[in-house]
Amino acid sequence: MDNFYKDNDDIQFQFKHLDLNRVIELKENNFSDRDLFPYAPKDVSDAKDSYEKVLEMMGELSGDFIAPRSKDVDEEGAHFENGEVRYAKGTQEAMEMLAKADVMGFTLPRKYGGLNLPVIVYVIAIELVSRADASLMNLFGLQDIADTINKFASEELKEKYLPRFSSGEVTGSMALTEPDAGSDLQNVALKATLKEDGKWYLNGVKRFITNGCAQVSVVLARSEENLKGGRGLSLFVYERDRHMKIRRIENKLGIHGSPTCELQFTNAPCELIGERKRGLSKYTMSLMNGARAAIAAQALGIAEAAYREAKKYARERVQFGKPIMDMIQVYDMLCQMQIAIEAGRTLLYETAKIVDMKEGLEKQEEAHPEDKALRDEAKRYSKYASLLTPIAKAYNTEMGNQVCYLAIQIHGGTGFMREFNVERHFRDIRITNIYEGTTQLQIVAAIGGIMSGTAFDLLKEYDSLDYSYRQDLYQKIQKARIWLEKSIQQVKTAENSSMQEYHSRRLTEMCTDIIQAYLMLKDAAHSERKKHTAEVFIEGMMPRMEASMNFILHGGESLIKNHVAILNDQN
Amino acid sequence: MSYKIIVLIKQVPDTQNITGNAMKDDGTVNRAALPAIFNPDDLYALEAALRIKDEHKDTRIHVITMGPPAAGKVLKESLYRGADFTVLISDRKFAAADTLATSYALKCAISKIGAFDLVFCGRQAIDGDTAQVGPQIAEKLGINQITFVSKIEHLSKKEITARRSIEGGYEIVKAPLPVLLTFTNEHYTPRPSSAKKLMTYKNANFTTEESEYDESYIENKNLIKSVQTLLWDINAIRANPSQCGLEGSPTKVKKAESVLLKSTSIKLVENNEKAISAMIRELEADHTIG
Repeated sequence: MDNFYKDNDDIQFQFKHLDLNRVIELKENNFSDRDLFPYAPKDVSDAKDSYEKVLEMMGELSGDFIAPRSKDVDEEGAHFENGEVRYAKGTQEAMEMLAKADVMGFTLPRKYGGLNLPVIVYVIAIELVSRADASLMNLFGLQDIADTINKFASEELKEKYLPRFSSGEVTGSMALTEPDAGSDLQNVALKATLKEDGKWYLNGVKRFITNGCAQVSVVLARSEENLKGGRGLSLFVYERDRHMKIRRIENKLGIHGSPTCELQFTNAPCELIGERKRGLSKYTMSLMNGARAAIAAQALGIAEAAYREAKKYARERVQFGKPIMDMIQVYDMLCQMQIAIEAGRTLLYETAKIVDMKEGLEKQEEAHPEDKALRDEAKRYSKYASLLTPIAKAYNTEMGNQVCYLAIQIHGGTGFMREFNVERHFRDIRITNIYEGTTQLQIVAAIGGIMSGTAFDLLKEYDSLDYSYRQDLYQKIQKARIWLEKSIQQVKTAENSSMQEYHSRRLTEMCTDIIQAYLMLKDAAHSERKKHTAEVFIEGMMPRMEASMNFILHGGESLIKNHVAILNDQN
Repeated sequence: MSYKIIVLIKQVPDTQNITGNAMKDDGTVNRAALPAIFNPDDLYALEAALRIKDEHKDTRIHVITMGPPAAGKVLKESLYRGADFTVLISDRKFAAADTLATSYALKCAISKIGAFDLVFCGRQAIDGDTAQVGPQIAEKLGINQITFVSKIEHLSKKEITARRSIEGGYEIVKAPLPVLLTFTNEHYTPRPSSAKKLMTYKNANFTTEESEYDESYIENKNLIKSVQTLLWDINAIRANPSQCGLEGSPTKVKKAESVLLKSTSIKLVENNEKAISAMIRELEADHTIG
């Protein structure tokens, strides 16, 4: 009986100390559902108790049912036969179980059959599922599609589609990418045409579409023929019929259970979500932000799985007369992995909680547009969410890659072999820092909030807490924070205007480090062990930060000056 | 079409995750050291019932367990998976019951529920491993039984066709209703708890209120959260105390010991008739066999 929630002390620790009162009050809106649905909570503590019970159930399902099937799913993969996709056996069985567990409408309102759970609970659930089978997350973790319909589509469309998502009758896909529009979605060319019958029709090709075989897809398409760029794009919901053909599925490095499809639309009827021209700027951005938090959770789950394999192996493997875990080089790696995972988790959960605050406040704001205080608060959380989401995605996916790399290293030659799970985790993790925006694009998304001061507003909020239990560590963070300020100042005042882009990755990483240092020190209030992790994290962070600052302050611009000559490999 | 199905379950110590202190010095099971779980085979029996309900929505599933108040946990887990009604049979007078006394108490509880179509049990519990309680209940109720069922092949209001596992294969058996079935863990992979039902029933209480058996609540969805799971004592099921608990249990444990199986040395036997015959004689001589 494996339970991936109950066997994970850190997740339980985080969950226990999360202050969700405000999130719950916003989400439950005076607990108005309590008389309508037997499963709605009656107060804040009832809600938090329900969240934990759902996570326990997800932990059991992940550990007992999904994980034992993941190796076979990886080996079998999704099939493409006669123009149709068939999931691997284990994937199909797991999907049936998820539907029976009533968790396919995780965040949707109860009136559409959903559970009305906050994003914070959803990301934890995704982490549990991903630890069991990374590829299944691409089906379970695609609920942001239904969520986008819920947020922006008409009541009619919501009633048409959402209950079917909740029951697990349909799954979703987000059809955004095209051969010439990957990172640059403004280039989307697939056409949406409004015909005389008053209906929209899609024509064109989408590529690399996760679960493109889904019954319901949201499709980004050019609805305004004469309008170039993002402003000419709208978002549509399309239900599978004979007007869409799956041309092929990709043969990939990892996440084999998740089918990646190429789709050809030919006069395919569809329905407009929300308003025209807002497809990319508003709806897709919202959809992507949700999906980015989900991918961060996926990466965290894979990292957890790989770390556990490595730790188990290091404990059992005896060389030179002792378990390799007792050797400094090995336990150094293990500690780095463990701390990196905990740093990623506290960052992701903080991000998810802020996203919940933002969404809850925005909903309140709609109902009370005259309330200025509410509006300001919603705006503040919206800025924090825009800053933290790409940071959490970039950190967790890069960290996950590093953890999987080290997990193989600890296994030595054994880890290179197919028989061991770390080999699969290493392949599965590799996509996470690419899809839903590469790390490079996450940095583009995050740097604005760092340069504009949003990040420092957030740090000021953290300053209001009491850190007297480890004042020494707090002082170190303050020192590092000054280094970040100096570095930003240097970039802002530099004559060369490309300096911001050049240093954006360094600055984002410095900012990530500081936010994590605060969060880990905050966690340390509740645990002696967390004081040790915070200490090791901050000790490692200081030289990293200092080196980055020195490079920014004193480093030349040699790379920018010389890159053409270097890449022109003629001596 | 609908069925009334009674599922009998048991909370057992998790003997699959044995640690060093699983047995007490006196040879009895140290329940405190082992987590209490839903008996694995019983989950298959419950799943078999739930599959019938999936197909025939008006089917009602009644789950009964006998045990201490803590056993209410497995009843709640049954509600989370889709059972309609649960009863905890609990009384100090049931303590130390063997299979005979257990089957008697459960039979009394079933009789209190009244007419039914099917009774489902797990093949056996992982603590006692007797596989006797199901068959004894069928005898006491005076109905047919099919044991070791892997799968139900066909079901109608009149009769059931089931596949039962036997050594080296299976057989297909038909029986008229009402009938008792015991299930193996081969076909009916148990479903997980439903998140919605979990949140609905997590605060359900067990109450001793002697209310007459009443199903009407099921029809009223708004009331479903206030459903009280029933607790029945020895008087509630009108059981004769002399047939319950220690008093009603002819089985006496003479001695129990904790046996640690340890391999010492190995002996290679040539693969020919002479060597094998010699080995068999040796095993007979030290009473390992024969």
